[in-house]
Amino acid sequence: MNLTLRVWRQSGPSDDGRMVTYQVEDVSPDMSFLEMLDVLNERLILEGDDPIAFDHDCREGICGMCGMVINGVAHGEQRATTTCQLHMRHFEDGATITIEPWRAAPFPVVKDLVVDRSAFDRIIQAGGFVSVPAGSAPDAHSIPVRKEDADDAFDAATCIGCGACVAACPNGSASLFTAAKITHLSLLPQGQPERVSRAKAMVDQMDAEGFGGCTNTGECTAVCPKGIPLDTIAQMNSDYLKANGK
Amino acid sequence: MGSSNGKKAVMAVTGAVMVLFLVLHMLGNLKIFFGRDSFNDYAHALRTLLEPLAPYRTVLTIVEIVLVASVVLHMWAAISLARRAGKARPVKYVAKKSQASGYTTHIMRFGGLTIALFVVWHLLDLTFGVVNPKGFDAAPADRMVAGFDPSRWWVTLIYVVAVVMVGLHLRHGVWSAFQTLGWVGRTRTRTLRLGAGLLSGVLVVGFLAPPLAITFGVVQ
Repeated sequence: MNLTLRVWRQSGPSDDGRMVTYQVEDVSPDMSFLEMLDVLNERLILEGDDPIAFDHDCREGICGMCGMVINGVAHGEQRATTTCQLHMRHFEDGATITIEPWRAAPFPVVKDLVVDRSAFDRIIQAGGFVSVPAGSAPDAHSIPVRKEDADDAFDAATCIGCGACVAACPNGSASLFTAAKITHLSLLPQGQPERVSRAKAMVDQMDAEGFGGCTNTGECTAVCPKGIPLDTIAQMNSDYLKANGK
Repeated sequence: MGSSNGKKAVMAVTGAVMVLFLVLHMLGNLKIFFGRDSFNDYAHALRTLLEPLAPYRTVLTIVEIVLVASVVLHMWAAISLARRAGKARPVKYVAKKSQASGYTTHIMRFGGLTIALFVVWHLLDLTFGVVNPKGFDAAPADRMVAGFDPSRWWVTLIYVVAVVMVGLHLRHGVWSAFQTLGWVGRTRTRTLRLGAGLLSGVLVVGFLAPPLAITFGVVQ
């Protein structure tokens, strides 16, 4: 496959940045999107150019490090798939592909396609935890959990914090991420003591970071590589309003 | 109330107040199909509600105050959230493709602005009678029938466009209010979305029936 890439290049946080066009030849349809970029980067290095910086780690779709907006869609148009698990067979030979970083004020660009997602860490630090006595693991059945709650909590817990929800949201809102973390803990018995204070602390931190508000467009769920459902946001809203009612 | 979630809750509650008003307003409008007298009696009854317990126009004035407060708060929250959203994405995408189905979610702000402008026209037309051929002193039914006279087809057209916009606004807004207040369960989402669509449809048909009937001469 031969492709034309239009890639966002930005040498550092203070650089203005611009789209740069590259030709990539002999791409195998079996390559992942990141492998295709690796091929381009090897050539750029040989030519003495600066390789395109992008985040990645596991390349198995489970770590949440990779992510870029491909042709206007976070992680590309393949549903429920991270960028590293997106394969070139989903693109046409001769296609032009536009690649941009996540765009949000709380996610400043570090370099090229790499953004700083520390804002997510601070939201987690604000309340995304349970205070329980640590020690040896308790027996699995020592605290009963309804099957439905366990399933829903697990669905929410699959969030890998990649930030695609923020990138896709027309408001630059982090509601789906924050809601996934809140829902995951608020459905389980271990999360109950801090349930209400957690929602307030995490939502307030989300606001403080400068993320936008949710208008329930559903763009986040549509691009989420883990398919976190939109009703987690209703769960977050419910917990948050209870916190303010008290 | 200052947080983004607090402002969303304000939008949901004030929106619910306005939707409730719209339902009653629509039912009242349909009185025109029972004759001009029926419509005028209804208009009079609204002003004499609770008399002699309360003075003339007490209930109507309270409703008006609640509505104005709702509109102001709804707009304040919307503008404030839109500004927050603008600040959250200072650099726009070169390419951006929507992945969620339903374009109604993307025209909420534009729709809200259209509806606000329409409400101004609507009040000047049928409440204050400033732009109505019969003026303020005419009976409500006379104002209504004269306002949608076939010769004033463009007025009817304005109403059609505005009411359809209200329908699209509520198609997303009604469901969204439930989601914002956290009253959506995993199984109820579908039902609520269907319900929001149905309510929007009923309101559009109910509100457009009188002006269209008058313009096409069904009601005279």
